[in-house]
Amino acid sequence: MKKVLISVLMGSAMAVGASAASATTLEDVKAKGAVQCGVSQGLPGFSNPDDQGNWTGIDVDVCRAVAAAVFGDATAVKYTPLSAKERFTALQSSEIDLLSRNTTWTMTRDTSLGLNFAGVNYYDGQGFMVRESLGITSALELDGASVCTNTGTTTELNVTDYFRSHDMQLELVQFEKSDEVVQAYDSGRCDVYTTDASGLYAQRLKLTNPDEHIVLPEIISKEPLGPVVRQGDDEWFNIVKWSLFAMINAEELGVSSANVEEMKESKNPAIRRLVGVEGAFGENIGLSNDWAYNIIKQVGNYAEIFDNNVGPDTPLKISRGVNALWSNGGFQYAPPIR
Amino acid sequence: MAAKPQQTAERSSAKGSIFNDPKVRGIIYQLLLVAGLVYFFWSIVQNASHNLEKQNIASGFGFLGNTAGFLPNQTLIDLSATSTYGQALLAGLLNTLLIAVIGIFLATIVGFVMGVARLSNNWVISKLATMYIEIVRNIPLLLQLFFWYFAVLRSLPHPKQSSSIFDTFFLNNRGLYMPRPVFEDGSGSILLALVIAIVASIGISIWAKRRQMATGQRFPAFLTSLGLIIILPFLAYLVSGMPVSYDYAQLKGFNFKGGMKVIPEFVGLLLALTIYTGAFIAEIVRAGILAVNHGQTEAAHALGLRNGPTLRLVIIPQAMRVIIPPLTSQYLNLTKNSSLAVAIAYPDIVSVGGTVLNQTGQAIEVIAVWMIVYLSISLLTSILMNWYNRSIALVER
Ligand SMILES: N[C@@H](CCC(=O)N[C@@H](CS)C(=O)NCC(=O)O)C(=O)O
Repeated sequence: MKKVLISVLMGSAMAVGASAASATTLEDVKAKGAVQCGVSQGLPGFSNPDDQGNWTGIDVDVCRAVAAAVFGDATAVKYTPLSAKERFTALQSSEIDLLSRNTTWTMTRDTSLGLNFAGVNYYDGQGFMVRESLGITSALELDGASVCTNTGTTTELNVTDYFRSHDMQLELVQFEKSDEVVQAYDSGRCDVYTTDASGLYAQRLKLTNPDEHIVLPEIISKEPLGPVVRQGDDEWFNIVKWSLFAMINAEELGVSSANVEEMKESKNPAIRRLVGVEGAFGENIGLSNDWAYNIIKQVGNYAEIFDNNVGPDTPLKISRGVNALWSNGGFQYAPPIR
Repeated sequence: MAAKPQQTAERSSAKGSIFNDPKVRGIIYQLLLVAGLVYFFWSIVQNASHNLEKQNIASGFGFLGNTAGFLPNQTLIDLSATSTYGQALLAGLLNTLLIAVIGIFLATIVGFVMGVARLSNNWVISKLATMYIEIVRNIPLLLQLFFWYFAVLRSLPHPKQSSSIFDTFFLNNRGLYMPRPVFEDGSGSILLALVIAIVASIGISIWAKRRQMATGQRFPAFLTSLGLIIILPFLAYLVSGMPVSYDYAQLKGFNFKGGMKVIPEFVGLLLALTIYTGAFIAEIVRAGILAVNHGQTEAAHALGLRNGPTLRLVIIPQAMRVIIPPLTSQYLNLTKNSSLAVAIAYPDIVSVGGTVLNQTGQAIEVIAVWMIVYLSISLLTSILMNWYNRSIALVER
């Protein structure tokens, strides 16, 4: 009896204590020696384990950039694969420090879910994929179609909106895991597979006969995808935000993993600030001054992470399009480091 | 007996402190424990709400009234794209109940048949039943679920090549389509006739039983009731001018429209739950039958009962007392296992709730809804089964 009582009291004391003394995310991460990063369960080009089990992808590179900034070591990352449905709870409950999992920046997520989006590493939009043999050329011909998709996504909401606003009937078949969506679509349960356009190109590679499927021209939504952190820790928010901005600024300034060493000698003050030979920008956000140098050296600039993971020379064959720099007519734009 | 309180009173007065009184001490400990527990839960709630507030996460049940913006692919109530989260959750709850009720019904039949079959004297039958039970019980349910779902899906044709019966029933990989009865004015009389038929059937079977007890004469009560239940509503249907029409499913564009539809996700889940739970029930039934003394069989045979009636009238009723308690937990298992539905897109309460959770971020609220739902269903099932158990318990004279 006494023992029970004591453990009950101790338990409750701990439950209360946990709220009082919580370290900042940066302190936590440093103590652990690695960034715990939430990624997808396998989406080629974005976050996907390769043959050796190493995670690769444009979202994974954001995790690696943060690790490079914090530790000077891009490999100091631990990955937590999450389904679309699990991801926010995992972040809210501090299971992960950073969510980098093709996650769309929306108002609800940015506000009432208690999260902060630290920028956009890929501008996307939702599309539809169908079998070529259906002979369909536009999403407006989809009245009455069965549509397979992931639950817990913006996708399921957008597609419902789209069919509703065009007075079309919809049967939505929602799976939790993407592999099941792919299997169900592949086995004919659905006429249509809908998700972010980039996701369609990535998932199409997993179908039995990828060539028999086409992506319809309509893009029905805005899907700005980016890394997410918890609200209430501005220091960590800043680190993640500026790790991404550093890569975009590096591309703009022509600094890449290949030339970053020489760029230390550059006369351009903007480059000198970026690579940390001038100013104390790193120290001001709680890091060392070579934070951005380490990111560029070990991970690359934005053009490099785009081209290596989703670009024209990869199986996804995606061109820069709206993800080009603002100076090249795209949307990618980072505030200056100064 | 009488001496005891006196003794304690004496002892406590001797030591001079009521804290040495075991009774008082017991009460104090219990009070402390309760206080500790209350404090424990209170602080958990406090802590959770404090943390939610600190992280700027919205809380409360207000979200239930907001527009959901998604539609489950099977709803027993009318939902539209503008329905609320609350209505979506209700649809999910009904889907859970539907799969649980039908699953329990079918699993019971499968279980009894297989349990009896395993004890059969026929070597082939008993070995087949043994194989079924051993294989099914030893493979995880989730794997069986995927197997049935994708096996069902892949073996069905595309809507354009649907198999059909009389052009009224259609089967394809989008589901099984049936005509949907549309009840027009005047169809109330059919319902009334059905109710009358059921009441009459109950009366007849009671009367038949009494008469058999008194005179030994048998009356085919079952067939009579069946006849009544079919013929009376049918007569009402004819007399009231056939007020029921049918809405037939028709191929339009991609899919069939109209009619009633059973989705493949439902069939897959139902198959998996029935077959899996059926195997466990079969073992329970076998154990129950083996628990009945073999002397009972011999006695029944000595009275001239053949094998069938012996099993039906002598063995099973006695075995039921052993069977019911574990059977209840299988029913509870089946209901809870139905939450695996989320893996194959059947929109049960967990699946719909998960979507709501994700869209609104209200994890604690949605999890509370889940717990209340499963707890209520489980308690209700237990109450029903306990009541049934008592009603068949051995009445000692
Ligand atoms: N961007 C959308 C959709 C994200 C999403 O879950 N997409 C799916 C399909 S591309 C996915 O990432 N699947 C990979 C996985 O589940 O591991 C959102 O944030 O809600």
